[in-house]
Parts: sequence; C-alpha cells; structure tokens
Amino acid sequence: MGGRSMIVCVAHNITSPLGMTTAENYAAVKAGMSALKHYDGLWGLPEPFVASLIDRKAFTDDRYTIVEQIVIHSISKALENTGIDSASARVLFILSTTKGNVFLLDKRETGFPQERVKLGVMAKQVSNHFKNPNESIVVSNACISGVCAQIEAMRYLESGEYDYVIVCGVDVQSAFIVSGFQSFKALSPDECKPFDANRCGLNLGDAAATIIFTKKDKVTENEWVACRGAIRNDANHISGPSRTGEGSYRALKVALGDLKADDVAFINAHGTATPYNDEMESIAIERAGLAGVPVNSLKGYFGHTMGAAGVLETLLSMQAVNDHNILGTRGFETLGVTHKLDVSNQNRPTNKRAFIKLLSGFGGCNAALLFAKGGLHD
Amino acid sequence: MIKHNVYISPDKVLVDGKALTHNEKGSALLTELYRNNVSDYPKFFKMDTLSKLGFVASELLLNAEGNRDFEPREDRAVIFFNKHASLQADTHYQSTIQDPEHFFPSPAAFVYTLPNIVTGEIAIRNKYFGETSFIVVEDYDEKIIERNLKNSFQDPMTKSIIGGWLDCLDEEHFEAKIFLLYKD
Repeated sequence: MGGRSMIVCVAHNITSPLGMTTAENYAAVKAGMSALKHYDGLWGLPEPFVASLIDRKAFTDDRYTIVEQIVIHSISKALENTGIDSASARVLFILSTTKGNVFLLDKRETGFPQERVKLGVMAKQVSNHFKNPNESIVVSNACISGVCAQIEAMRYLESGEYDYVIVCGVDVQSAFIVSGFQSFKALSPDECKPFDANRCGLNLGDAAATIIFTKKDKVTENEWVACRGAIRNDANHISGPSRTGEGSYRALKVALGDLKADDVAFINAHGTATPYNDEMESIAIERAGLAGVPVNSLKGYFGHTMGAAGVLETLLSMQAVNDHNILGTRGFETLGVTHKLDVSNQNRPTNKRAFIKLLSGFGGCNAALLFAKGGLHD
Repeated sequence: MIKHNVYISPDKVLVDGKALTHNEKGSALLTELYRNNVSDYPKFFKMDTLSKLGFVASELLLNAEGNRDFEPREDRAVIFFNKHASLQADTHYQSTIQDPEHFFPSPAAFVYTLPNIVTGEIAIRNKYFGETSFIVVEDYDEKIIERNLKNSFQDPMTKSIIGGWLDCLDEEHFEAKIFLLYKD
C-alpha cells in the first residue's frame, strides 16, 4: 500500500426523507424507493413541482432553523460511538451548502434573526452546538460544494493541522430555490429521468450528509480511502455546461490518474437529468477514456440535494461497493446522450473496489474524486 | 510567494500598494475602473456587484502582472473568501418573488445567487481551466485564507492562484483584497 499516509472515512450519516442513517438510506435506495413527490401550491408557489422534502415537523428544536437542525442531527449521528471529541481544537468543521438559511430573507419569516442568513453565522451555530473552538469554513461552490468540501478536508488533514475533519453537506428547499430553478426552466414536471432520451429537467431535494475523515498510515481492507480529486472550470459559460465537457473531463483525468479504467466499479455521475448536463457528462466521460465504466445517477431517489449531493452520493456509493452492488439509475429507460454510456435502471453486481464521484455546477465548475476501499494498491 | 496585490473599497483603489486616482465612489467606481482599464468586455454590465468587483480587481491584478496572452491554461486557480456570500444578489432575487401579486422570478437575477459565479466569470475571461472555489467564513481572517490557499497547492497542477478576500454587502459596501500567489 506504499509508505504514503491515506485519508480515511471513519464515520458518516445521511439524513434525508428516505431515512435518518446511512444504512436506512442505502436500504431504501437499493429497494428502489424514491422520496420524490408532486407538490401543488406549497409555499405559495404558483407552479406545481416535484421534490424530495424532509418532514419539517419532525424537527422541533426551535433554537435552530430547519437547516441547522438537520445538520446537527446528521453530525450527531455520525459522531455516535466514534469517541471523537468534537470540542477538541484538533477537529475542524467544514460545511458545504449553496443556500443555507436563505429562506430567512422572506419577509414572512420572523422566527430567527436575519444575521443567520449569513453562512458563517449559520456555521457558528453548528460549531457552538458541538463546542468546537475553531472557525468553521463553509464551501459554497454551487452544486459541486459537497465534493469540494471533501477535497478541502483531505488537504487540511494532509497538512497535519487537524486529526479529524467533519464535513457536512446540506441544503433545504424553499420558495427561493424552487422558483429560481423554475425561472431557468430547469425543473422536470415529473420524476426526473437521468441520461434518458426523454429527460426534461431535474427535481430538487432536502438532505444533510456527514462524512468524517482522518489520516492514517495503514488502512485495513474494509476502510474507505479518499484517494485524489480535482476541481476544474469549463471557462465557457456561467450557467451552461461546456460542449466539450472541458472541466469535468480535466477533473476526471486527475481523479483517475494512473488507475486503470477497468479497476473502477462505476462513476457516480451528477446526472441531474437536464438535457445539457447529462450530455456534457457523456462527452467528458468518453474523453477521459471511461466510456466502458458503468455510470449511475442517484437523482431519481433524492432529487438534486445541492450542497448535500457530493457527500450523500459518495456515502451511498461506498455502501453500494461494500454490498458488491452498482445502484440502478431510477427513472432511466433509453439512453439519450451522444456517447454510449453503460447506464442501467437495475442494480448490478460488481467485485471492484473503487469508484469516482463526479459533479458539475453553475459558474462552470466541475469536481471529481476517486475513492478506493482499502486504498490503492501499487 | 505573493507577486502582486490589489485593494478596492468603495472609495479607495491600490495596486501593489500604489493609490490609483479616480472620481467615482461605490459601484460607480467599479464602472470607472472598468472603462479606464478594460473597456472591451461588455459582459461586465450584466454582472452583479460581487462579480463586477472580482472582475475589475482581477483585471488590475493581471494588468500588473503583464504579458497577458489569454492562452488557455490549467495551472492557475481562482479561490476567493468572504462573509456575505452572494447576499446582495440573494436579496435582489428575493424581491422578485416576495409579492405574490408581482411574482416575476428572473433567471438572470437567480444565477448570481451563488458566490462562486465570480470565479467562473474570471475563468471565462482568462480561459482558466484550473481550480475555482469559493469559501465563506464568519469574519475576515488572514490566517484562514493563507492556510487554505497554501493547501490548495496540493493540487498537482496548480502553480499560481488569484486569491483573497472578495466581499460585497451592497453597492456602497464592498471590499476586495486579492493577490496573485505563486507556489513556493
């Protein structure tokens, strides 16, 4: 396994409409369940929409906003039985979110001080709850934030500044976010169909997902290692993906490195089911020489959970590999992208131990991160 | 190693510590800086204030570096930090949906409700395929910025970074404190 130290996942949690733990979420997804539902008239929005929403009434601590509560729940669950002292100065909190408490800007919201709409102030609520003395950082890099936050965590651990980094990705839907995506004509009127010929847009979702990393010199065969990742820009358009898949292709190339495509169990793509995103990913995957590797998208189960997506989808991919399974792409029927990707709506067996998480977002940003169970063998 | 730096506030502009003379203040200052130092990039006028601030600050920084050839490159990152994320754009977008009787959400307003859009604007202008990132903290903290950017050189391809503080509350309250950082 070489002499180099490795960044290892030591604990995790997913809090979503499909469950309050990673195991519950994985079991639900494996069984083909989806939290996507039709909503009409919710939050006073004039147009109906389909989304995966957490039951707000299940969270009753009125000291914290719904966003802060699901973050605190997710981190608390991840910390259970780990022995990690969240109050230690050797522990850093990194949050990943696009919009945090943005719903507080609505003049009808009066329960919390406006100050909490600032992401740093929101992060302070969380770190104070866990009595952590460090200044938290909040990665707000559009829809790739969840992978960027994990790359940040790897770097902080690599530099030796901290013993543990707790990464929590979160976003909670609101009239603000849903109306914005509606104005972009980016939402599907029904359940989304990633990579499908009839895909016509995305669905949005609520979730928080936590992953805790540490650095180790030796790992066992069952430990998950975050190997290498990259963030790259398309340098093309602030709200449309590159026609050449430039940023995703370049990020994939770094993540794959000298690993053979044949050793990758699957690429867990962004797969939002917008016509442009999925097409762009097919181009990038093909250019990176990975067209033979199975590809899946989990958006048909949770919708697009924005700041949570990178962490949530990473954790489900780890569970899938542990279970020798490539999760099916719910909503997919007939391939509808230019390059021939290996997508299926069924769960499929695998014995491979590595996968790549791929994301792209507004601002032309893209991120890819390679994970390997037991680390990479030279 | 820091090679060049730019400071812009609503009434002050410094390039490598030297004051630039100007007539305007606030967001009008950003337009004045654009007209005097850029002038051939009309997309500027579509940007929100945070992006205008980051765009003109990066232009002054790159003009100070010189030899601008606009050749595509992957070895330069753009990484900013602030405390207000995209709050001005958020507040503006919220005003387009606040009143159910006048509900006109605008995609042009919505796209700027992400702080990292400015990093994309700079990448597009300069054909940078490298890392772009945006990090929000509770308050300005030089140490957090310094450590984070040092860590960013762990990316095997990153050789230089346009980085630093880029914060905007509204058209009268903003601050850019950015620099061009080279790998040691």
